[in-house]
Amino acid sequence: MKLTRGQRVFTVFNFFILLGVCLITLYPLWYTVIASFSDPLAVSTGRVTVLPIGFELASFKKVFEMDNIWTAYGNTIFYAVVGTFINMVLTILGAYPLSKRRLRGRKLFMLFILITMWFNAGMMPTFLNYQDLHLYDTRAAILLCGAVDTFNVILMRTFFENVPDSMEESAKLDGANDWRILINIYLPLSVPAIATVTMYYFVGRWNSYFWSMLLLKDQNKVPLQVLLKKLIVEVSYTVNEAVDMSASVMTEQTIVYATIVIAVLPMLILYPFLQKFFVKGIMVGAIKG
Amino acid sequence: MTQTKRASFHKAWLGILRDKHLYLMLVPFLLYYIIFCYKPFGGLVLAFKDYKPLLGIAGSEWVGWENFQTFFTGPYLWRLIRNTLLLNIYNLIFGFPVPIILALLFNEVRNSKLRTLAQTISYMPRFISTVVIAGLVVNFLSPSSGVINTFIKMFGGEPIYFLTRPDFFRPIYVLQGIWAGAGFGSVIYYSSLCSIDTQLYEAVMIDGGGRWKQIWHVALPGLLPTIAIMLIMQIGNLMNVGYEMIILLYQPVTYETADVIGSYVYRLGIEQANYSLSTAVGLFNGVISLVLVTSSNYVSRKIGDVGIF
Repeated sequence: MKLTRGQRVFTVFNFFILLGVCLITLYPLWYTVIASFSDPLAVSTGRVTVLPIGFELASFKKVFEMDNIWTAYGNTIFYAVVGTFINMVLTILGAYPLSKRRLRGRKLFMLFILITMWFNAGMMPTFLNYQDLHLYDTRAAILLCGAVDTFNVILMRTFFENVPDSMEESAKLDGANDWRILINIYLPLSVPAIATVTMYYFVGRWNSYFWSMLLLKDQNKVPLQVLLKKLIVEVSYTVNEAVDMSASVMTEQTIVYATIVIAVLPMLILYPFLQKFFVKGIMVGAIKG
Repeated sequence: MTQTKRASFHKAWLGILRDKHLYLMLVPFLLYYIIFCYKPFGGLVLAFKDYKPLLGIAGSEWVGWENFQTFFTGPYLWRLIRNTLLLNIYNLIFGFPVPIILALLFNEVRNSKLRTLAQTISYMPRFISTVVIAGLVVNFLSPSSGVINTFIKMFGGEPIYFLTRPDFFRPIYVLQGIWAGAGFGSVIYYSSLCSIDTQLYEAVMIDGGGRWKQIWHVALPGLLPTIAIMLIMQIGNLMNVGYEMIILLYQPVTYETADVIGSYVYRLGIEQANYSLSTAVGLFNGVISLVLVTSSNYVSRKIGDVGIF
């Protein structure tokens, strides 16, 4: 098909806008990476912009030497893996029965969980509830905090609803009970759905900081994000306010960037794999009525 | 009458017995909701009490509406409401259209490899945590070494300490939100663009319409239901702002424009341990949000069948 002049102009125009979008998206990450191994003096005097200046791994070495960052890393992995497992068990156990139209009281149960999306008790009552349950400053609190996300339950339920009823009926005739049917028939059929929801929970767990910050006092239990708040947000404010540009303050900048690189790296490596599932989830969410 | 009633009870009972395993599955699930979502509702009585940690919630003294009165007559009420609403309105004006435009642009790329690449890149910030984004913002805007100020100096300007300037807080907040969310936000629009019948585009082409005409007469009208629903949902959330981001970016000098209801609730409750007042402010916000969300939800159900909740 021959393109008219107008169409060609349009294509070129569109290309450049999207190129701009990609550059704007990537630039902060690019800058972080080049600043992390550039010469600290060049970074703190603002000479690094598009390309790295010098090559130094001293900042990374400093970050690797920090004990607390590895403890926090380990904590994050623990909370994300175990927490996501709890998320999935509870979500599947909730979504499966709720996907059955024949279930008596289904509407009532749905209302019961939907209400929590519209109204919650708020920060202090929720916080005091954890104290009340003796969960303050425990790892269990972090695992149980947000153990079910109502939006994900709805996603999962929609997936289950799309499995044809005939599968269940024939299994019933063979004498299988509901647990059997869920584990042997529904779960294998919903692997893409389970992967999607798992990713949602996992990324959410990995990146969350707020409730971990509120609920944990012991620094040996805090996840990476809470520590990062100290290392890259609060430190930077003090650097900004420091009048004298002593050597330690100058290297501080590259350490901050190196810390960000180390913190973001696993997510960005997993990103190409996760991305597909994320997009799928949004589509299903949009289809449901 | 009683006979039919008894018969229907009997039927219901049989249904419950038949599905006993399904109910069993629901037990841990519902327990979570009861313990972690419904039980804290009891704590809302704090809003009507003068909470003393030593006395506990039950032992603390009732004070009626005093906490609400303190808040309503205090100096911060209007500042908090104004900041909360303005951040959302700016977000609506500047942030809301971006994912729509992005989706339209993606849709116009004929080369599917290029398109996928651009989409993959633009979704990336969705996977970066609030803390890291805040860290990037703080460091990039630093007056001494931040890269934004480096560029300003390069073009002969004076460095600005952005994060201490109340007039810059709103643009900063809205821009970081666009950077972090616009790409991924385009997915929902892009997926509804994909479901538009290609014959419609062809029809415009046969009538001699170019790409702009196709966008204007086919793509945009096709997106309209999705746009309407997303807009209504955003309006339903007018009283909620991402305070988890705000508490990382604001400072006492920028409270004037940065402090929102959510961050105030956090500061009162966690930092100042004024549990009762914090709960009262939270409850006030929650009730208004509830009204907004349920009415926006009602409207979206009336308009179309895409309403998510």
